[in-house]
Amino acid sequence: MTIYLTIAVIILIFVVIFQISKASEYVSTLKGDEVSRKQNNKINGFLMVVFLVLGLFGVWYCNHVLFDKTLLAHDSASVEGARVDSMLWVTLAVTGIVFIGTQIVLFWFAFKYQEKENRKVFYFPHSNALEVLWTVVPAIALTVLVVIGLRNWFLFTGAPPQNAMQVEVTGKQFGWIFRYPGKDGAFGKKYYKNIDAATNTIGLLWDDQLTHDDVVTEQTMYVVKGKPVKLIIGSRDVIHDVGLSQFRLKMDAVPGIPTTMWFTPKYTTAEMKEITGNPNFVYEISCDQMCGNGHYSMKGIIEVVSQEDFDLWMAKQKPYYLNAFPEKDPSNAPAADSAKTVKPAVPKM
Amino acid sequence: MSNEAVLHAHSGAHDGHEDHSHEHHEQSFISKYVFSQDHKMIAKQFLITGMVWAVLGGLMSVLFRLQLGYPDANFPWLETILGKWAKGGHITPEAYYALVTTHGTVLVFFVLTAGLSGTFANFLIPLQIGARDMASPFMNMLSYWFFFAASIVMLSSIFVETGPFSGGWTAYPPLSALGDASPGSKSGMDLWIVSMALFVVSSLLGGLNYIATILNMRTKGMSMTRLPLTIWALFFTAVLGVLSFPVLFSGFILLIFDRNFGTSFYLSDIFINGVGALPNEGGSAILYQHLFWFLGHPEVYIILLPAMGMVSEILSVNSRKPIFGYMAMIGSLFAIAILAFLVWAHHMFVTGLNPLLGSVFVLLTLLIAVPSAIKVFNWLTTLWRGNIRFTPGMLFAIGFVSLFISGGLTGIWLGNSALDIHLHDTYFVIAHFHIVMGVASMFGMFAGIYHWFPKMYGKFMNNTLAYIHFWVTIAGAYMIFWPMHYEGLAGMPRRYYDYSIWESFKQFQGLNQFISLVAMVVFAVQFLFLFNFFYSIFKGRKVTTQNPWESNTLEWTAPINPGHGNWPGEIPEVYRWAYDYGKDGVDFIPQTTPVGADESVEH
Repeated sequence: MTIYLTIAVIILIFVVIFQISKASEYVSTLKGDEVSRKQNNKINGFLMVVFLVLGLFGVWYCNHVLFDKTLLAHDSASVEGARVDSMLWVTLAVTGIVFIGTQIVLFWFAFKYQEKENRKVFYFPHSNALEVLWTVVPAIALTVLVVIGLRNWFLFTGAPPQNAMQVEVTGKQFGWIFRYPGKDGAFGKKYYKNIDAATNTIGLLWDDQLTHDDVVTEQTMYVVKGKPVKLIIGSRDVIHDVGLSQFRLKMDAVPGIPTTMWFTPKYTTAEMKEITGNPNFVYEISCDQMCGNGHYSMKGIIEVVSQEDFDLWMAKQKPYYLNAFPEKDPSNAPAADSAKTVKPAVPKM
Repeated sequence: MSNEAVLHAHSGAHDGHEDHSHEHHEQSFISKYVFSQDHKMIAKQFLITGMVWAVLGGLMSVLFRLQLGYPDANFPWLETILGKWAKGGHITPEAYYALVTTHGTVLVFFVLTAGLSGTFANFLIPLQIGARDMASPFMNMLSYWFFFAASIVMLSSIFVETGPFSGGWTAYPPLSALGDASPGSKSGMDLWIVSMALFVVSSLLGGLNYIATILNMRTKGMSMTRLPLTIWALFFTAVLGVLSFPVLFSGFILLIFDRNFGTSFYLSDIFINGVGALPNEGGSAILYQHLFWFLGHPEVYIILLPAMGMVSEILSVNSRKPIFGYMAMIGSLFAIAILAFLVWAHHMFVTGLNPLLGSVFVLLTLLIAVPSAIKVFNWLTTLWRGNIRFTPGMLFAIGFVSLFISGGLTGIWLGNSALDIHLHDTYFVIAHFHIVMGVASMFGMFAGIYHWFPKMYGKFMNNTLAYIHFWVTIAGAYMIFWPMHYEGLAGMPRRYYDYSIWESFKQFQGLNQFISLVAMVVFAVQFLFLFNFFYSIFKGRKVTTQNPWESNTLEWTAPINPGHGNWPGEIPEVYRWAYDYGKDGVDFIPQTTPVGADESVEH
C-alpha cells in the first residue's frame, strides 16, 4: 500500500514541478524572452556562488564526519604502509590546493562575468606565455610526485630483507589457504592436479620430501611483529586479490602465475586494538578482485603476534602431511612404532 | 488552448523555412524513421536508444544501491518485479552481481559510447563541417542497427535462467570463462560476448565513417584548423575507437575459444570446487587484461573526448568569447589520444606486473595530467572577462568542468602505482571514475542535448525544468560520489554485496544509506529531463530564428528544420574559424562571413 502511496506522491510532485515550469515559460513569453532570460541569468549566476560556498562547506563537513572512520585516523600497521601514508598526504596537499583553487576560480568567474548590459568582452584567443605556464608548472609538480611514487614502488615490489619469513597464500572460492615452510625452511613442490578437496587442498606432491613438514592452515595467518613477511600468492581457481588495507598493500592472486608481496608488521593485533580503540579489531584480508557470488564474504584473518607467541603457535601445528596420512602420525601410532619413523617413507603417488 | 496560442504567438511568421526541406524525395515512414540514412535521424535513434539504456542502467544502480543502503530490509515489491532474484524481497548475491555488471557494461558502452558519440558524431559532423550527409549513409545506418541488435541481445541475457553475466563489466577470465565458477558465466556470458561483438562492429562502422567524413567532406574554406573543437574531439574519438576496438574483439575471440572449444589462452592450473582439476595448462589470465585494457583505457577517452569538445564549443558560445588557446586545445586532444594507448597497464599495477614495466606506465599515466591541466585552465580563461549566458547547456558545461577537475585530480593518486597498491579496487576508484568519466561525460551529453535540441527538433526545451535538473543533479552527484573517497581511504573494496561481516568496513552503513537515498533522488530527477525532452519535441516553444544562440558554426546556417541534405541550396562557404566572438567589438561573426578589409588579423 505504502508503495503505491509513495509513487502517487512522487508523481504529484512531478506534476506540480511541471506545472510551475510551464507557467514560468508562459510568463517569460509574455514578458518577452530577453527580459526573462536576463532574470534567469541573474538567478543562476547567484546560485553559482551559493553552490561554491555550500560545496566547500560540504567538503569540510564530509571530512569532519568521516575522517575518523578511515585508516588515516591512526598509524599504518606496517612499516612500508607508513610510506604510502606520507605519500598520500603529499599528493593530497598538491591536488587539494589545485582542487580548491580551480573550483573557486570556476564558480567565481561564472558569477563575476555573468551577462551585464554594456559589458565588452575581452577578445583573448590565446597567450603563449600563459599556455607555457600551465604546461610547465603541472609537469614539474607531477615529476616530483612520480619520483616519490617510484621510489616507494621499487621498495614495495623489490626483494624483501634477508630475515623475512615466508608464507604462501592461496585463494579459492571463497576463502584463503596458508602454507608455512616448516622446520626445513623450504616449501615442497605442488601441482594442481594433485588437489584433493579434503586431504590436499593445494595439491602438494608428497614425493617431494620438502612437503612433509609444510604446515597448511585455513582462514587465519600468523605473522610476527617487526619481522618482514614475504607472501607468495597464488590462486586455485579464478583471480582473487590479497587486500591488506591496514598494511596499505594488495596483490592479485592469479591461477598459474605466482605473485609476491612483502611487508613488516608494526603492531600486534592486541596493540592495534588499543590504537584503534576497537576491542573487536582484527586484521582482515579482503578479496579485492571480483571472484564470484561469494566475493563479499571471502575473508581471511591475520594475527600479528610476538615471536614467542608465534613459536608457541607453530609448535602446536601438525605438518599437513600427517593430515593426509594419519597413519604416519606419531601421536596416532603405537609408542614403539613412533621411534622408527623419524623420517617417514615416501608414499606411492 | 489560449496558453498554446500565447506560446506560439511569435512563431508563425517564420515557419516558411520548413518548406524548403521537403523539396526532394517523398519518404515512406519506414525509410524516414526506421531504416533512415539521414545522419540526423540516425543521431536521434542513437540518442533515444541511449536514453532507454540510461534509464535501465540507472534503475539497476538504484536496485543495487537499495541492497547496499538497506542490507537488512525486505522489500516485497522487489520480489514482484524480480521474482527468484529477490526471494523474500531481498536481492540475492547472484542478482546483485548481475545488476552491477550490467549497469557497468550498459553505461560504459551503450549510453556513454553509442548514446554520446553515436548521437553527436552523427548529428554534428555533417552539419558543422558543411556536408550533406556522412561519407557512407548506408554504413551509418548499419552502425545503428548493429547497435540495436547488440541492445536486444544484451536485453535478452537478462531473461536467461542462469541469469545475465555477473563477473564485472571487465569480464576477467577465468571467472568469465568458466560456467562452473559462477552461474552468470553460463549462457548469460555467451549472450554478453555476442552483444559486445555486435557492438564492436557498430562502433567500427560508425568510426570509419566519421573519420572519412571529417577528412574528405569539409565544405569549401573549412580547413582543419577552422573546424569547431567538437569536430576535432569527435575525430580523435573515432580514431581511438577504430584502433582499439579490434583489440578488444581479439580478446573476446580468444575468450570464446576458451569457453567453447577447449583452448587454454587464459586458463591454467585451475581446480574448481565440485568439478575438479581442469585440463587447461599454460595459459595466462593476465593476457586478457592486457587485451581488454588496450581498449579499456582508450575507451575512457572515447567517452570523455566528445564531452570535452562539446563543452569547449558551448563554453565559448555562451561566454561570447573565443575559446582560449584553440591550437593548444587541439594539441592537448592529440596528446590525450596518443597517451590513451600508452597507459593501459595502470589498471594492472597489482596483477604482479613487472615493476619496471609498471614504473613506465606510472610515468606515462601522470603525463596525461599535463594536457588535462591545459584544457582546464583554457576553459577557465575562456570564462574570464566574458559575458556569460547561463543557458541550460552552459550550466551543464560549467558542471562538466567542475566534475572533470574533481575526478581528474584523483587520477593523480591512482596513477601513481605506490598509492594504487593501497587504493586499487576500493571505493576510491569508484568515486574517481564515476566523477571524471561517468557523471562528467553525462554532463557533457546533457549540455549537448540542451544546446542542440533546437537544431534537432526545431523546439526549445523548458528552461525551468532544465535548471532544476541541473542544480539537483550536480549537487546530488557530489553528495553520492564525494564521500565514497573516504570509504576508499578505509580500504573498502568494490563489488561487495554486504559489508556487515567486515570489522574494517561496517562503520559506513549509515553513509551507504545516505548515498543510496541521494542516488534515488537524483535518478528520479532525471525523469524531469526525460519528460522535458519528449514533451518539448511535440509541445515545446518553437524556434523562430535560425540561430537562437547567436553562434558562429555552420549548423545554425541551415534551416530551422533541415531536411535530408541539410542546406536547401548551395552548401555555405567558410571564411574564418569558428570562434570570432567579441572580435573588434562585434558580438559574433559567423564562419560564413567573409573577412572584412578593416578586420584585425588574428585567425
